[in-house]
Amino acid sequence: MPRPFTPKVITANALLEGDVVYFTQADSWTRCLSEAELIDDEAHAQLRMIDAERQQDQIVGAYLADVKAGHNGPEPTHFREDFRRTGPSNYFHGKQAEAN
Amino acid sequence: MYSYSDFDHAFLASRNAQFRKQVERRIAGNLTEEEFRPLRLMNGLYLQLHAYMLRVAIPYGTLNGAQMRQLAFIADKFDKGYGHFTTRQNIQYNWPKLPDVPDILDALAEVNMHALQTSGNTIRNVTSDHFAGAAADEVSDPRPVAELIRQWSTDHPEFQFLPRKFKIAVIGSENDRAVLRSHDIGVQIVEENGQTGYRIFVGGGLGRTPVIGKVINDFLPKADLLPYLESIVQVYNLLGRRDNKYKARIKITVNENGLDEYRALVDERFALIRPQFSGVDQDQLAQIETHFTPPAFRNAPVDGFETAYRTDPVFQAWADTNLEQHKAEGYAIVTVSIKKHGDTPGDATSDQMRVLAELAEKYGHDELRISHEQNVILPHVHRGDLPSIYYALKAEGLGTANIGLISDIIACPGMDYCALATARSIPIAQEIATRFDELKLEQDVGPLKIKISGCINACGHHHVGHIGILGLDRAGVENYQITLGGDGTEDATIGERAGPGFSADEIIPAVERLVLAYLDLRNDPAETFLQTYRRLGLAPFKAALYPQVAGKESRANAA
Repeated sequence: MPRPFTPKVITANALLEGDVVYFTQADSWTRCLSEAELIDDEAHAQLRMIDAERQQDQIVGAYLADVKAGHNGPEPTHFREDFRRTGPSNYFHGKQAEAN
Repeated sequence: MYSYSDFDHAFLASRNAQFRKQVERRIAGNLTEEEFRPLRLMNGLYLQLHAYMLRVAIPYGTLNGAQMRQLAFIADKFDKGYGHFTTRQNIQYNWPKLPDVPDILDALAEVNMHALQTSGNTIRNVTSDHFAGAAADEVSDPRPVAELIRQWSTDHPEFQFLPRKFKIAVIGSENDRAVLRSHDIGVQIVEENGQTGYRIFVGGGLGRTPVIGKVINDFLPKADLLPYLESIVQVYNLLGRRDNKYKARIKITVNENGLDEYRALVDERFALIRPQFSGVDQDQLAQIETHFTPPAFRNAPVDGFETAYRTDPVFQAWADTNLEQHKAEGYAIVTVSIKKHGDTPGDATSDQMRVLAELAEKYGHDELRISHEQNVILPHVHRGDLPSIYYALKAEGLGTANIGLISDIIACPGMDYCALATARSIPIAQEIATRFDELKLEQDVGPLKIKISGCINACGHHHVGHIGILGLDRAGVENYQITLGGDGTEDATIGERAGPGFSADEIIPAVERLVLAYLDLRNDPAETFLQTYRRLGLAPFKAALYPQVAGKESRANAA
């Protein structure tokens, strides 16, 4: 039995601002993890990475990050991705501040 | 302090113009990230977790008021109004945007500053004793030598692609306040029979394989410094492992080849290249030395200090903790704590930077220093001016009296910012400082250095903390390992791992148990944590850290 595929999103940093961004179904980039395309198939993940990496003029360092499906779109499974979608814990800076 | 020559200005302007074009080409899509990355790293620009990060060099930790003001200006105009002072005497901006970076570099150049070689496999910012030029115990001011090394290593064509990054520190006293022995090369100015020369250490480093630097040359004549350093780096450049990143630092090269073999190879190179150094380097050093003449110290009454010391216990506590002996009569070295309880270690707001600049200009012969312990130093202050300085600092949240105490914690940015981190460091530092402030135990505990790194790379110097804390990712959860008995001074020691790690919730109570155990174990209040540890060893501290295990063992022994 092959190991079950852990769902993924494609994430990167925006070229100009460095912000954490996520790849959407529409081949665009969003600042909001819940709007990211949830990928639940390995072959599809590889294809989507090719699509994402084509957008070198917009992003830096695309990679596949583990997520789980939540009520409101993909949710991080690891604390690193949780910090990336939120911002630092010592100041109210980054995404947590921009969301308001 | 050193001020740029026409050559320096022209060189920096051309480098900045070059980088501006590179950024433009990257944004226009004419450079891929793969092509651009090494170019941005050569200019100190990283991409971190949430944003870009620009690391600006503060050569040997020395800067003046105008430079500090410009750092504040950059923080306000291009960042979020603060900067982070690092363990390598640099400042990092955590939120610059790529299109702004060329303007930031130009703003830095206006005040003789840059971000060159603050990243990449090159010779990095040369660090030094933050009390240089002021300390009562120094043979001579190490900064002219550090500046000479900065000039020699900047854009040195042979050393732009070393096997790995390369860090050099210079000190001028037997007391090591710059963690000299954890550097790839350490240069200590020494005197022998009335002659000035250098004791050269090689192969020190922290990171995943901590090594204390070894003496490769006990007395190097003054005129031989650059050819000797060049020989050390040339041998490393040839022998250093490029096949394995984790074995690429010079500490591994020296260990794999043996110190004697390494020394022999260096001597061979040295014999070959020494004749090529015609003395231009010594002329340049003599010229640099003229920039570092001591300020005109004044004779003035110290009544103001004595009155404040007698009448204001808060001032007294600060003076007892944050002042060091100065070589000049009537003067003191002030360490300004950038470690207010609960705040981020090493972070200063732009307002705080401006106050520091103003105080340096008004009272401190226009000099400031950044320490590797992430504090700011006013190196030359007349004692009579201390009350005015203290009250101005206090008004800006800079009056914390905790230098060398438990809340004067080194912490790397950790997973709050750093892309390499495996756990957070800053919240742990904040919580430890807050907790011991609540307990009101800090003064009673006395000298105790806690150092926290958020990954094995050890930017937070945890190996040389009296208590070291290393944040790791254990099966998707932050976990903190404790090391004990480390020391970053002339008695350099790598701390010993105490046992299994603690979760983020458990680490603060664990540190508290450790410190309370020390209070019980010490012979008297004069015996420091480190002395007590050295006398008793790990066992009693381990018992305090792991009471359940200790309890089980004693029950088993009883049965």
